[in-house]
Amino acid sequence: MTKSRTVLSGVALILLFAGVGAASLLFRSALPAISPPAPDSFDRTLVKQGEGLAQIGNCTGCHTMSGGKSFAGGLALKTPFGTIFSTNITPARETGIGAWSRAAFVRAMREGVARDGSHLYPAFPYDHFTRASDRELEALYAFLMTRPPVEQPTPANRLVWPLENRWLVAGWNLLFLREGPSNDNDRGRLLAEGLAHCGGCHTPRNKLGAEDTAHAYDGAWTDGWYAPPLNATSPAAQPWSADALFAYLHTGLSKTHAAAAGPMGGVTRQLSQAPDADVRAIATYFAGLMKDAPGARTPLAAIDRQSEIDKSDPEGAALFAGACASCHAPGAPMMQQGRPPLSWGTPLRVDSPHDTLHVIVEGLASPAGPTGPTMPAFGNDFTDRQIAQIVAYLRARFTDLPPWPDLEQAVAAVRKGVGQ
Amino acid sequence: MSTISRRSLLGQGALVVAFALSGKAVAQEPKKSGLPGDLEKYPELDSWIRIDTEGRATVFTGKAELGQGLRTALIQIAADELCVTPGNVDLITADTARTPDEGVTAGSHSMQDSGTAILNAAANVRALLTDAAAWRLVTAADQVELADGIASAPNGQQVSYGELVAAFSLHVVAKPDMPRRTKGRRLIGEDFPRVDIPAKVSGGPAYVQDMRLPGMLHGRVVRCPSDGTRLKDADFDVVLKLPGVEKIVREGRFTAVIARTEWQAVKAQRALQTAGWERTGAPLASTDLTKTVRGMPAEDVPIFAYPGPPAPADARTLKVTYTRPCLLHGSIGPSCAVAQWENGGVTVWSHTQGVGPLRKSLAELLHLPPEKVRCIHVEGSGCYGHNGADDVAGDAALAARAVPGKPVRLQWMREQEHGWEPLGCPMTVDLEAQLGTDGRIAGWRHQVWSNEHNDRPTSGGGLLAGREMEPPFPAQKSRPIPMPEGGGARNGNPLYALPNASGVFHFVADRPVRVSALRGLGAHMNVFAIESFMDELALAAKADPVAFRLLHMKDERARECIEKAAAAFGWAARKKGSGFAFARYKNLGAYCALAMEIEVDRATGAIDVRRIVAAVDSGEAISPDGIRNQIEGGIVQSLSWTSTEAVTFDPTHRTSFDWSAYPIVRFPSVPRSIDVHVIDRPGQPFLGTGEASQGPAAAALANAIADATGLRLRDMPLGADKIKEGLGS
Amino acid sequence: MITLKINDTQHEVEAEPDTPLLYVLRNDLALNAAKFGCGLGQCGSCTVLVDDRPVYSCLVPISSLGTRQVRTVEGLANAEGPGVVPAAFEAEQAAQCGYCIAGMIMRAEGLLSRTITPTESELRQYMAPNLCRCGTHMRILAAVRRAAVAMGGGVKEDRP
Ligand code: FES
Ligand code: FES
Repeated sequence: MTKSRTVLSGVALILLFAGVGAASLLFRSALPAISPPAPDSFDRTLVKQGEGLAQIGNCTGCHTMSGGKSFAGGLALKTPFGTIFSTNITPARETGIGAWSRAAFVRAMREGVARDGSHLYPAFPYDHFTRASDRELEALYAFLMTRPPVEQPTPANRLVWPLENRWLVAGWNLLFLREGPSNDNDRGRLLAEGLAHCGGCHTPRNKLGAEDTAHAYDGAWTDGWYAPPLNATSPAAQPWSADALFAYLHTGLSKTHAAAAGPMGGVTRQLSQAPDADVRAIATYFAGLMKDAPGARTPLAAIDRQSEIDKSDPEGAALFAGACASCHAPGAPMMQQGRPPLSWGTPLRVDSPHDTLHVIVEGLASPAGPTGPTMPAFGNDFTDRQIAQIVAYLRARFTDLPPWPDLEQAVAAVRKGVGQ
Repeated sequence: MSTISRRSLLGQGALVVAFALSGKAVAQEPKKSGLPGDLEKYPELDSWIRIDTEGRATVFTGKAELGQGLRTALIQIAADELCVTPGNVDLITADTARTPDEGVTAGSHSMQDSGTAILNAAANVRALLTDAAAWRLVTAADQVELADGIASAPNGQQVSYGELVAAFSLHVVAKPDMPRRTKGRRLIGEDFPRVDIPAKVSGGPAYVQDMRLPGMLHGRVVRCPSDGTRLKDADFDVVLKLPGVEKIVREGRFTAVIARTEWQAVKAQRALQTAGWERTGAPLASTDLTKTVRGMPAEDVPIFAYPGPPAPADARTLKVTYTRPCLLHGSIGPSCAVAQWENGGVTVWSHTQGVGPLRKSLAELLHLPPEKVRCIHVEGSGCYGHNGADDVAGDAALAARAVPGKPVRLQWMREQEHGWEPLGCPMTVDLEAQLGTDGRIAGWRHQVWSNEHNDRPTSGGGLLAGREMEPPFPAQKSRPIPMPEGGGARNGNPLYALPNASGVFHFVADRPVRVSALRGLGAHMNVFAIESFMDELALAAKADPVAFRLLHMKDERARECIEKAAAAFGWAARKKGSGFAFARYKNLGAYCALAMEIEVDRATGAIDVRRIVAAVDSGEAISPDGIRNQIEGGIVQSLSWTSTEAVTFDPTHRTSFDWSAYPIVRFPSVPRSIDVHVIDRPGQPFLGTGEASQGPAAAALANAIADATGLRLRDMPLGADKIKEGLGS
Repeated sequence: MITLKINDTQHEVEAEPDTPLLYVLRNDLALNAAKFGCGLGQCGSCTVLVDDRPVYSCLVPISSLGTRQVRTVEGLANAEGPGVVPAAFEAEQAAQCGYCIAGMIMRAEGLLSRTITPTESELRQYMAPNLCRCGTHMRILAAVRRAAVAMGGGVKEDRP
């Protein structure tokens, strides 16, 4: 399998580096345990600021299990190298970060080293957090240390051999950990590349799982979902203006694009509560990166080739009319209320059908708070073949792009939860 | 059970009742003729009860089953008083051609109006049966035993009701003061299983939505997103050619499509909606309608004034404001009606709350004399007040006029129900009180701003279609509902013994959006405000919230109700996160006290309702389980209203058009347990129960949140986001 | 003509292939139980089982069903009575207006056909797609617990 070969060659490389690496890089010292500071020992404005930053960073997205207590960790993150469980970052003394001093916290955020001196895996994006300022890390620390402590042990990771040896990460760090500037007068860029770690999903990774900065924001795969490009290669049909992007990040819905789905849903849920100014800054930054994308230069009119495609694909048409038209047909409630036409949604316009398939099979939860667009899951309703038929019909009717190949296999893959 | 009402295929249903008895006589509030309830209006016995030669009783009521258990309660009462098995009672509900006109079924009045009438009529009929049996069995009337439709003499001789009915007429005026029966097995007070449930759990026809008449066509009305907007003209010719489309009905701005199948009608409806829409009404001035209404010109209507000396100079003054946004009824089944034109008249099957007023409105809309309009109540999805039921009846009647002879079934789509139903009013309450140094309330001022909570149709202009005619029927004028019932003012008068207290309803006649009656009317908000404020005052007085309430309560039954709920909950040993509230609905209906224990996730603001314990005194309980069902349902619904719901608008239209834009409570967040204790008061007048828990549940939640977090939330919805925000970081 | 397998019986229906199953059940086959609530997959009042899995029949075009078996509340009854789950709803008096109940029963069937020992959180999560406006939730949950016990299982409380 290519995957294991990749891992092995990567491990060899890491070992090489580890061999030459200074022992001081490999083995880091433990920092002294403290007793958890009293919550009221923190300045309230600082805590408030930290909360906003935690929302920008979507800390809860990884550090909270579904149905679990906030920040208590335990969420399984599937990586090409195995499953990693997110850690408990509540101020619990035994199982959380209650015993962590501010210095220990800052070291973890910037260098990926836990208080006890062990290396954290780079699934935790400390490579981005180098760009957070001291003051911001202080605020985040204040915020986390004032959360209710939850004693909840983190399950053991299940990684491919030999990655369970944490010291190997030192080699990775040597290769990839570059400290970015923590001062940047483009606040949007600073946040995007720093705490918000947008590249974590939208930038492709190399064989060792590090972001390929030469292809920043070219679009990438996370958890079987495709995070679309956020630069001049953006496939969006309509321009991502700063306003449109702000609305999208803030509400999970853009009237000219689509609703946030999959991992991005969690991001917008957090951003909907984050400080407006920061979200706007991020929106402005990416609007700038996407200003030369084709859809920004020449916005696409909504495409609907119904009469043609209904004739050529009557089966797909019947499935669409019975299952999808209740919301998505012209004249249906969503459309009367000004929801975006399907042809403007990025999922139908990217090279892979996976995002479209995910949404159909699993449905869509409201992406920002209790109200917002939802979609029921159709996984039980249809066979793989029927879902493939529907998706082929959507692509033909609502885009001018070539058909997706091998749709049925893609449905099966999405059902099994295996993405790209 | 399932044998009941086999003759009335449709329109089964069910709620709670309780009964009014004054002294030994059945009469509740004797009127001019001395006849109680709606017997006053329809004094002949056969308006209410008939018995056929098989001995089956048919009972008539002008009230409607709304999912509240009315059918069961009335059957229980009639069977009890007539001494027949409930299975031998058929109940005919609201039908303008068959039953007494008892107005609208609302405000928890059914038992007072109709239940009392039927109880008295049944007592009269029983007396006639007894006399006839005495004559037939050659014995004295007081020797006759009645049971299960059989009259027996002491010597064992028997005669059935069926044999007796030929001997006398029921077309006679009822006598007042008929004694209630005292002997034999009683049905009243039993946990009587609802008569409508068997059909509802087995797929039996139960609702107007389930009607299928021979030759029936399907209609859909075509509307834009909401009130104040207008559809642009679509390509009618193209749509007419769609498969199955029989007619497109256009009158003024009213547009409907009729097709052979329901799905064809839906597809044609969508095709007609593709042209888009525009706003014709004035732009919605502000998205915060509650504030808008408060700022509009108002007429000041006094609610109450309790005398007392002015508060002492050293008393502390507390003054706060509470608000509620517009709320949706949100029936799970969109409104539906079936209409059929024949011989220049129309029959409409509808889940309206008032067949009589609907007939009047339809007659106006259709330019018919009222006799040419027949409205038959058939049960629909739960209604909770004035929803789309009447409007859709107008839509169906207009559509059916285009295809005379053929019945047309017309159901609204979800987005139409969400987009067009009249809303529960936005409300603001200002409360001000003086707290004496002795820990007692020394002055109280209640002010409430709202539109009036009643725009039920009584004319063509009361129906949506009427407003779409060319020229439109004039909009109905709104007028404040007088106390003691009140509309926006309902329950604005605290039951507490407060000195120097008064209240005023700032009645806003103009309605910036379409509003009307929602379950409880103003009571939900007024009780929320009063009972939240009682806790705020208790806190200020450093008093226990329950003790503080009892300190100000003189009404013995109220005290007992409060004490019962507190004891059953274990208030004395309560955990942090407990809240309490009490109210007597309208100060005339059922008493309801409840205590609630919650946990708040401080990180997310999410509320976990651990348990709720309620006590309710509905007077004599017809079916305690029916009361529990209503109270539980009211609590869950009120928690949903109070914690998550708000109708949203943008300047052009109502934007909460489906369950994603207007979410309501779902299973994961309903309470872990609700325990309702019924205080039965045999022989006491029954008290309307259906709306009794809306207000207390809302306030108990706010009080529990305050107890759990120290945060006093006064603006509904009291959602997780507000808690999180209020807690800061 | 489309052939549908509903409650163990084959039905030939004359309806357009895109017609959602719900309309065919109600109007062509006179099966009342499944109800129209939203037509958008948001309320669950139209829930039926297709091959033992709950689906929103308002969004399943009949052309997609093929030989898959559809089950509705009508198909739960047997010679002994209305079926275990409906009987539990009746015993708990779990209805007010009752409009949502048929959908609730079918979703509960879907759960209990997978496990008769769900935990309380699983139960509530599983029932989450179905709405009830009357607030009958407590009784509906009680009815499902009762049905689970009647089937030899039971619902365990798993929340702290
Ligand atoms: S009617 Fe199908 S989900 Fe609401
Ligand atoms: S019982 Fe009325 S909607 Fe559930």
